[in-house]
Amino acid sequence: MNFRDKKLADAAGKKIAKLAGKKKIRLMHVCGTHEDTITKFGIRGLLPENLEVLSGPGCPVCVTPAKEIDEAIKLAEGNVITTFGDMLKVPGSRGCLSDAKADGCDVRVVYSISDSLKMARSSKGEVTHIGIGFETTAPTTAAALLQGPPENFSVLSCHRLVPPALEALLSSGEVKIGGFIQPGHVSTIIGAKVYEPVSEKFKIPQVIAGFEPLDVLFGIITLLEMLDKGECGVKNEYSRVVHYEGNKKAQAAMGECFDIVDTKWRGFPKIPKSGLELNEKFEGFDARKKFNLKVKDSADMPAGCRCADVLKGLIYPNECPLFGKICKPDEPVGPCMVSAEGSCAIWYKYKR
Amino acid sequence: MCLAIPGKILEADGPEGIVDFGGTKRKVRLDLVDAGVGDYVIVHVGYAIEIMDEKEAKETLKYWSEHLL
Ligand code: SF4
Repeated sequence: MNFRDKKLADAAGKKIAKLAGKKKIRLMHVCGTHEDTITKFGIRGLLPENLEVLSGPGCPVCVTPAKEIDEAIKLAEGNVITTFGDMLKVPGSRGCLSDAKADGCDVRVVYSISDSLKMARSSKGEVTHIGIGFETTAPTTAAALLQGPPENFSVLSCHRLVPPALEALLSSGEVKIGGFIQPGHVSTIIGAKVYEPVSEKFKIPQVIAGFEPLDVLFGIITLLEMLDKGECGVKNEYSRVVHYEGNKKAQAAMGECFDIVDTKWRGFPKIPKSGLELNEKFEGFDARKKFNLKVKDSADMPAGCRCADVLKGLIYPNECPLFGKICKPDEPVGPCMVSAEGSCAIWYKYKR
Repeated sequence: MCLAIPGKILEADGPEGIVDFGGTKRKVRLDLVDAGVGDYVIVHVGYAIEIMDEKEAKETLKYWSEHLL
């Protein structure tokens, strides 16, 4: 038996229908990988109509503001830039990294920051890695910094933290959410404990779930049972990987390298204490300081793009008038169509 | 972005190891976990981020089978 067992999935579907009854219920997940599982396996098709699973701001590439892309492009004028593939086509205010590459800049896609370190070690020129990602990825940036990088290495930190975004979303009151499905791999690092204040403050149930179809279905059942009983704590369905306290070694590595700062998310106003900046000790590797980067703020949303509403769970991707017509993965208009983790790209890929 | 997949550690040499992902072998950094040869780890962008507990996996499935079937 495994986490894709058909018999168990059918039984889970029946249980969900029974628990949901006729009440209108809206759950939200905040992870591109969850959206992929849900869309790929047609999980929404298994749910009764009154039960919605929305997608929130769960794609780090999508929530990176245009200004940070502009910063990366500015750095690419002199430095070798290394980044994860998803970042190449994300629009800044004047084009994307892939345009910079076409213009002759040295932009390289890496699988890991350790590849970028190797490049810096074997060259004389400046190598800047775009440090993007939530709590899952930030510890890998920290680990690389703690390895003692060469002087020609630097990081443009675009790392962001998930729990402050959840708070911002709930505080805005724009979207009514009955429960959260929390991302398994962010939670692997931060642990279940971190979500407890959110549950207390907003009286909302939360479940940490893995990425197999059954993980998601079990997560939904757990939330529905909690709603039924009026419980508003945090449950952990992904206990094979996630611990209550999280990965302390990874947390310590992050603590050693980063300060937590207020930062803007694409589609959102500035969110307090939601970003990571290299701290004083690692200042010498902070690309913004090292190269005295000064880039102006710019508009985050291309005209007509409704990514801001997609990221807040206010609309589904196919409710954007540009979806699949003007905006496609080959010619993306907004960031949610660019990244493989963006909701619009996922919906397009699976033709929803 | 937060995609991470499980694999089994075949070799470990200080902070680096070789992990088998169902037949594909890759070098993986082990800085962030206390894992050794034989452990299943969850790997994200070249770093192991946690050990996967097989016993817990079985227990989760057992719990849900009893609960649902
Ligand atoms: S379909 Fe394209 S334009 Fe519309 S919200 Fe998604 S990314 Fe933005």
